[in-house]
Amino acid sequence: MRDLLQRLQRRAERRLPALTRYRRPENLPIELHRRRIYIVPTGFGLGFSVLLLVMLVGALNYSNNAGLLLTCLLGASSAASMLVAFRSLDGLRLGHIRAGHAAAGQPLELILAFDSRRPRNAIRIDLDASTIAFALDGHASALVKLTLPTEQRGWQPLPRLRVWSSWPLGLFRAWSWLHPEQSVLVWPRAETAGPPPQARADDARHLRLHRGDELAALRDYHAGDPQRHIAWKASARHENLLVKDFEQPQSHPQWQLDWRQLGGLDNEARIARLARWLNEAQVQRRHYSLWLPGNEIPGGSGPLHYARCMNALAQLP
Amino acid sequence: MTPRQPRPPSARPIDTRAFDLLSLTMALVLGLHAPHLPWWLAIALALILGWRWWQRRQRIGRVPRWLKLPLLAMLTLAVIVQYGNIFGRAPGAALAVGLLILKLLETEVARDVRVGISFACFALMVALLFDQGLVATVVVALGLLPALATLRALEPGQLPAPSLPRALLPSLALTAAALPLALLAFLLVPRLSSPLWGAPAQDQARTGLGDSMTPGNFTDLLTDDHPAMRVSFDGAPPAPDQRYFRAYVMWHFDGRSWHRPDPRYAPSRPPAPLEVASSVQYRISLQPTRRRVLPMLDVPLQAPAQATQQADREVMADKPVNDPLDYIGRSALRYRLQPDLDERSRRLGLSLPADFNPRTHALAAQWRQRHGSDDAAIVQAALALFHNGGFRYTLAPAPLGRDSVDDFLFDTHEGFCEHYSSAFTVLMRAAGIPARVVTGYQGGYWNKFGNYLLVRYSDAHAWSEVWLAGRGWVRVDPTGAVRPERVSLGAAAAAGDQLAWYRNDWLQGLRNRWDIVNRWWDQGVIGFDALRQRGLLTPFGIRDADTATLGVLLAISGVLFIGIGLAWALLRRQPRDPLRGALRELERKLARKGIARRPAEGPQHYLSRAARALPGQREELASLMRSYLELRYAHDEPPTEPLRAFQHAVRDFRIVDVVK
Repeated sequence: MRDLLQRLQRRAERRLPALTRYRRPENLPIELHRRRIYIVPTGFGLGFSVLLLVMLVGALNYSNNAGLLLTCLLGASSAASMLVAFRSLDGLRLGHIRAGHAAAGQPLELILAFDSRRPRNAIRIDLDASTIAFALDGHASALVKLTLPTEQRGWQPLPRLRVWSSWPLGLFRAWSWLHPEQSVLVWPRAETAGPPPQARADDARHLRLHRGDELAALRDYHAGDPQRHIAWKASARHENLLVKDFEQPQSHPQWQLDWRQLGGLDNEARIARLARWLNEAQVQRRHYSLWLPGNEIPGGSGPLHYARCMNALAQLP
Repeated sequence: MTPRQPRPPSARPIDTRAFDLLSLTMALVLGLHAPHLPWWLAIALALILGWRWWQRRQRIGRVPRWLKLPLLAMLTLAVIVQYGNIFGRAPGAALAVGLLILKLLETEVARDVRVGISFACFALMVALLFDQGLVATVVVALGLLPALATLRALEPGQLPAPSLPRALLPSLALTAAALPLALLAFLLVPRLSSPLWGAPAQDQARTGLGDSMTPGNFTDLLTDDHPAMRVSFDGAPPAPDQRYFRAYVMWHFDGRSWHRPDPRYAPSRPPAPLEVASSVQYRISLQPTRRRVLPMLDVPLQAPAQATQQADREVMADKPVNDPLDYIGRSALRYRLQPDLDERSRRLGLSLPADFNPRTHALAAQWRQRHGSDDAAIVQAALALFHNGGFRYTLAPAPLGRDSVDDFLFDTHEGFCEHYSSAFTVLMRAAGIPARVVTGYQGGYWNKFGNYLLVRYSDAHAWSEVWLAGRGWVRVDPTGAVRPERVSLGAAAAAGDQLAWYRNDWLQGLRNRWDIVNRWWDQGVIGFDALRQRGLLTPFGIRDADTATLGVLLAISGVLFIGIGLAWALLRRQPRDPLRGALRELERKLARKGIARRPAEGPQHYLSRAARALPGQREELASLMRSYLELRYAHDEPPTEPLRAFQHAVRDFRIVDVVK
């Protein structure tokens, strides 16, 4: 039943874009306004109106004016709640979207920043089958975390999000579509098992100091340093954030990961293997470089380097 | 531990706040229904409610079925035992409240709460079927607040919840905003001129005066403080000792009780002839009595609409008074009623049961002997006996035996209006003077704010009428001989300290004054029926507003209100840009000198042009331009202090005319 409805809806949106107000993707920020907010009664709202009708007929039949007054008051309050529902979406603004990283098949974390000039309660966002509810206090923007399922590597456009609210009484449901023109980059899926990269023989001699477990010194914070390395106590006594610099004799040689070495495989298999190597290198805190057709990334390590490599891998044709 | 499937939001247990609010709603409903529930049922339901609330705080979860089902069976059984069936207003209400409380036992998820709240709203309205007074209605309307707050609390993703009382405030604001629309709908919803199905038994009406009188049976009535009727007069109200409202005239005495002639056997006769010297017109709002009698001041001249006047100038409505009724009457204050007594009435007015009250007969014979044929003197002798014979006015008299009048006159010497009028009438008849008992109301409280007389059930009174040659029926109030305050000040004054504490003076005064609000409510809201609704639009030129007109008006005004609501909903306060405002002011000042900003001109170009045009103020304009550009483009938001300085500079900027 539900599937049928969804299919009908999709078909209607394709065939009758004007009628269904199908919205093309649009640029951020998106602000909701009256022409794109729709209101329908919820199931509870329909049931409640039947109850109001029963109360009305009862009060009229028994010519009980006090009961009639009560019924009118309840009915008028319900009607007013419709406007409140509308108002809880009207003027809501989706400022920006920050996307996390995820390999294909893994859920990808999206952070949506909503802001508003007045407090709002009980706003919900539907993405697939999951629903997130949040509130805005009218001062700071609300960061809403969503998880987006991913299927394959590469740029994936953001789906259309339904933002809705049944505030305050649950009698009416105001909703609107958010379809931001933004894509997220999904990293390739790593193969589950395979051979290690061929290490060059001379790499073993390149033992040098590298980030490790032993504290060597404190240095200034640079963007990209892992948070857990920040020396909070020491930073409190200084103007800048200080980071613990760890040192360790490097036990692993540098990897030079190269597209060209994987001659016998097709493109996707190559990408999957490189992705696994990158993961392993990242876990083992190795130094590595990556060569891809049209893109050569020199040696490095750390999360930024890893992200750069993965991004390059994800964007391969 | 097995991983649980994430449940949909509608199946998640509700939080404590929502449950507390729901319990509060239920408690309010129970409290509103408690007065007409059997006390043991009310207490049992309250205990179940309290226990469930406590249990839910300890552990979240439904009450097991083995406990719920027996409770349900017991509730049904209790209602059937108490009322005999489960249909009808009182048993239906008891069952509904009981089911509502039991619903709480299985309430765990939002859906249950919504069902419970809807049902609670219905139960709130049912409470109004029992009492639609002002206070009850206001309390019931306040009962909507926790109900609406509960629905609010169900919505996920809210700002941190305020304290419980403050959680009710938004609901109050919502209902207050909805009040104008509600009042309008109340005025315009077309009323039914006849009910769609059987109207409920009006057993909430108080019985008021009965059509027979046994000395001693008024006691309940005399302690009932509820309003019986409200009377407003055209012109000045009559003096307190003339405020006698006649309901029944009683002729038949069986030794114990007085009765009216049975209307089935008494031939209907025209009203007794009446000669009028002065009369007064008035309007009475009668509370429902379920009887046909309409109390009228003293002796009515004619019957109001849809009522007839009986032979003894009692007025009977065509139908029992089941709803509050307004009628206009005209009565004689100085008059001669039935100056010529026909033989049948004389015989009836002298008849006494045989072999009763021998000592009374002896006393009457003795008076007749002493005063000869002077009837008035015998009346005076009887009044003098009551005044000087050691009689006492009390609402709790000693019981009387078989010869009730003898016992009262010669032994107990205590009683209230019923005893005095009964004994007096028997004395008169024994002495050969035609006499009868009249019951009704006497006195009342004059509310000077509302200019109306409030008559309570406790103002019920009984007096006598004797027929004197040449004067007709003359009212004699023997109670007045014993307790003159009863007539001049009213029932409460006569009863003195025999009444309950809550009827002491100042409280009574307060209640009397407050009654004006009740009157307004009864007349304006409760009494707003199909007839009054049709006349509603007369001031606007629509003489007889029928259902269609009302429907159209309701629709129009509904749309109007929705329009107002939409205007509010769409209202968006644009955040004012103070910097832009200041620049506008500067532009206006310059434009007066002919230096207007062109549509496509930026502020820098424009202000430079202005500086060239006004060489005398070049420095000033240049500085203004610099600060504007800095404020606008150097920050995301203009900082407060420099912004204020810029605003001041613009305000102080004067264009000096240079004489060339």
